[in-house]
Amino acid sequence: MRLRKAFAATAVTLIAATGLVACGDAGDDKAGRDVEAKNDCDDKFEAGSRMAAIADAGTINVGVKYDQPGLGFKGATDDVPSGFDIEVAKLLVADLCIDPASDKVNWEETISDNREPYLESGKVDIVLASYSITEDRQKVVGQAGPYMVTGQRILVKSDSDVKSVDDLKGKEVCSVTGSTSLDRIKEKGAKGVGADSYSECAEKVLDGTYVAMTTDGTILAGLAAQNEGELKVVGDEFSEENIGVGYGKDKPEMCEWINGVLSDAFEDGSWAEAFELTLGPSGVETPEPPALLPCK
Amino acid sequence: MTPLNAVLDNLDQFFKAFGYTLFLFLVCAVASMALGALLVAMRVGPIGVLRKVAAVYVSLVRNTPLVLIFIFFHFAAPIIGINFKWVQIYVGSFDFTSAFATAFIALSLYTSCFVCEALRSGVNAVSIGQAEAARAIGLPFSGVMTQVVLPQALRASVPPLASALIAMLKNTSVAGIFFLAEATATMRGLSNDFSSQRLGIFLCFAIGYIVLVEIVSMISLSFERRWRIA
Repeated sequence: MRLRKAFAATAVTLIAATGLVACGDAGDDKAGRDVEAKNDCDDKFEAGSRMAAIADAGTINVGVKYDQPGLGFKGATDDVPSGFDIEVAKLLVADLCIDPASDKVNWEETISDNREPYLESGKVDIVLASYSITEDRQKVVGQAGPYMVTGQRILVKSDSDVKSVDDLKGKEVCSVTGSTSLDRIKEKGAKGVGADSYSECAEKVLDGTYVAMTTDGTILAGLAAQNEGELKVVGDEFSEENIGVGYGKDKPEMCEWINGVLSDAFEDGSWAEAFELTLGPSGVETPEPPALLPCK
Repeated sequence: MTPLNAVLDNLDQFFKAFGYTLFLFLVCAVASMALGALLVAMRVGPIGVLRKVAAVYVSLVRNTPLVLIFIFFHFAAPIIGINFKWVQIYVGSFDFTSAFATAFIALSLYTSCFVCEALRSGVNAVSIGQAEAARAIGLPFSGVMTQVVLPQALRASVPPLASALIAMLKNTSVAGIFFLAEATATMRGLSNDFSSQRLGIFLCFAIGYIVLVEIVSMISLSFERRWRIA
């Protein structure tokens, strides 16, 4: 009887302790920047524009990724996602006089597959989900920006002797199904293997099934930071991706607005600050702000 | 610019993708039928322990979602040293490596339960007098099963067996989430590269599956006809 009580007490303590540890982890540097909502929306936007409609409604749906540390990431215990995509989204949301920290913002998860369908159906108003600007995508959605230029790199085990993409010819290299990175690595002569998420790829690199994984350097830096000492980013960037903001093709007025907010953020330093805060910890140096593409 | 350009320009990818799907289906069909036949022999056999083992296996594996079985072999089993890194078979432009091997194991183990149950429904359809008569003329258990019961059972279980195999053919798409560039994964890749042609791409791949399933059900129908008792 006494034994059983002791066991129960131990179990309770253990559960409580793990719970506390879990909470402690979740609280770490997830805060992001505090962005204050503007309050000049009464006549800032042209009547009838999508921006005016969103500002009037006071709520917005933003499509982001949940599985990319440093860019767009939401752990199981987090209330809101965090990362550079989210920080940029906050600037846009705040410009519409909506408080980015309030529940007026719905952070919808948009995986690679459903970014266009969500924009086309209006389920989300804007998409900031490591969304490369490509010609074909612009046939069905609008894309403004870029707010970041990244290049594809390679992530390998720390003890691997792979130095660059040329060492991977004929080898199986993991990336996410449907991503441009997967097509690129095939063009480079490697055998692309498609996973469902970048963390699955990292797992497979760790257990030695695949020698390397590849995608944007910023995402890899985040993964390497998560698995410090076990994974490392190698090689030069072998592609250039313009990461932009997606919006509905039937709302072309949003392009000028997005570019306007972005160029303000480039100038007043909030862009650099956001970059430093989210991608800095994984060892990515803050670059010069990219040149915005003109709206069509 | 037709809405099908994405597929027509990448027909090699399209056929390679369905090639993986078909290969996976064929090897899994053979393996799951063999394992399923073994399981049903254990389940209806005279040895109590084997009966229990088979029953436990079937209820354990059949009650687990297929995706969980895949996750187990991809992400949990390697921790305890079970992995398929050593599988490296290259046939033409097809690579049968760890992703294919894992899919093969997961799908075969899973489908064998359904094959076992389909066959068992057939065994139950054979009247008990058949087995008794076979024993009465001195056949051992293996003889009773292979000469008398299973041939009749197989006839009765063709329709449920075909259903189990058709379900398995479509279940190969689960492998697409796990590193194998079969039809579903390739469809997702293409629809991301050619976002403006999603509908056409979807239709092409859906038709691919429909054709494959139709072939399987036609084969099953012809077996049913051939084995029909006049």
